[in-house]
Amino acid sequence: MSIGHTLLGLLESGPRHGYDLKRAFDEKFGHDRPLHYGQVYSTMSRLLKNGLVVVDGIEAGDGPERKRYAITEAGVTDVERWLATPEKPEPYLQSTLYTKLVLALLTHRDAADILDTQRAEHLRNMRVLTDRKRKGDLADQLICDHALFHLEADLRWLELTAARLDRLREAVTR
Amino acid sequence: MTAPPGSLLAAHGLRKTYGPTTALDGAEFSIHPGEVVAVMGPSGSGKSTLLHCLAGIVTPDSGSITYDGRELTTMSDAERSALRRSEFGFVFQFGQLVPELTCVENVALPLRLNGTARKEAERAALAWMERLEVDDLARKRPGEVSGGQGQRVAVARALVTNPRLLFADEPTGALDSLNGERVMELLTDAARSANAAVVLVTHEARVAAYSDREIVVRDGKSRDMERLV
Ligand SMILES: Nc1ncnc2c1ncn2[C@@H]1O[C@H](COP(=O)(O)OP(=O)(O)OP(=O)(O)O)[C@@H](O)[C@H]1O
Ligand SMILES: [Mg+2]
Repeated sequence: MSIGHTLLGLLESGPRHGYDLKRAFDEKFGHDRPLHYGQVYSTMSRLLKNGLVVVDGIEAGDGPERKRYAITEAGVTDVERWLATPEKPEPYLQSTLYTKLVLALLTHRDAADILDTQRAEHLRNMRVLTDRKRKGDLADQLICDHALFHLEADLRWLELTAARLDRLREAVTR
Repeated sequence: MTAPPGSLLAAHGLRKTYGPTTALDGAEFSIHPGEVVAVMGPSGSGKSTLLHCLAGIVTPDSGSITYDGRELTTMSDAERSALRRSEFGFVFQFGQLVPELTCVENVALPLRLNGTARKEAERAALAWMERLEVDDLARKRPGEVSGGQGQRVAVARALVTNPRLLFADEPTGALDSLNGERVMELLTDAARSANAAVVLVTHEARVAAYSDREIVVRDGKSRDMERLV
């Protein structure tokens, strides 16, 4: 997730102080990992440098959290572009698992075991998410559902691959 | 072999063939009181056959099944059906409600068959329908409610006798994901609060995620996934 774009987006509804931005971020998006103040300031100074925000006021006292930021027109355009650009589907898991499987087959290890172990791990993860979804609010539910559907897709691939393991073994060890 | 300590139902070495087809080939199973166990696996792997054996609907060719310390496979048919009526509940994918009866009459039916008076049976039925959020459908017939609503009525009917063990074979198989998940949420909540164990056959991972653990059936053999992680 792009923290910069998210903070920018939060500024669209009006100028905010650094601490206020962090609080809003944590409340809405920081479910498992709240932002560090350091992340907020490094991000804001980058946005400042790129002309996407300006400092709109400074409260009495010291510390960077007292700066109040406002989004610029360029900032709004940037948020818009980010929202309009689709995310890259991540094929990372399949490629790692595929490598493991092929290696297992080449070395005459139990490849089905690798799939079953992964499958069990996926389901364990899905249980945790399902439980969190049950106890959570709507935001939790949507976030967990997204993760659940992805894990489910992985699981389907694991099942399909398990059913095709003999063919894969043949192809790999030929 | 003896059943795992503390188990409510345990099966060992189950074999079942239908003509040339081997449906179960040495399957194992156990479930503890109040536990929700998912039975997963590809189509035709033997999940439903396993469930039918465990529930005493189908007799395996060999192997043992103990329920609460009693051997199921050597019981008489009458004993087995008495056990099914008093201790077990069932939810299937389709067509379990009697179309001529209203929903509340359907839910009350197992109690009526056990000899409970009509008024009392319907009062208990309504309480379960409330839990499953379908009490407003009490006077409708199954043909007048949606698939998801009908499935909740079926869950209420399965739980109305306070069974210790609920058998569910693809209970959400005919529902979309939103309705399916709501049914799973209500089913597992209700089962947990009644301390009923659930044998949940499903091929959907998101449904299985409502369980406490899962076994996978492949070619009539079962694998306990708990032992892997
Ligand atoms: N009554 C029957 N007569 C003959 N063959 C049967 C019978 N019941 C099941 N079988 C066969 O036994 C095997 C296992 O069937 P079973 O219904 O247990 O599979 P399943 O895992 O429940 O599949 P699905 O996910 O499609 O419901 C299949 O090959 C099936 O054709
Ligand atoms: Mg089946």
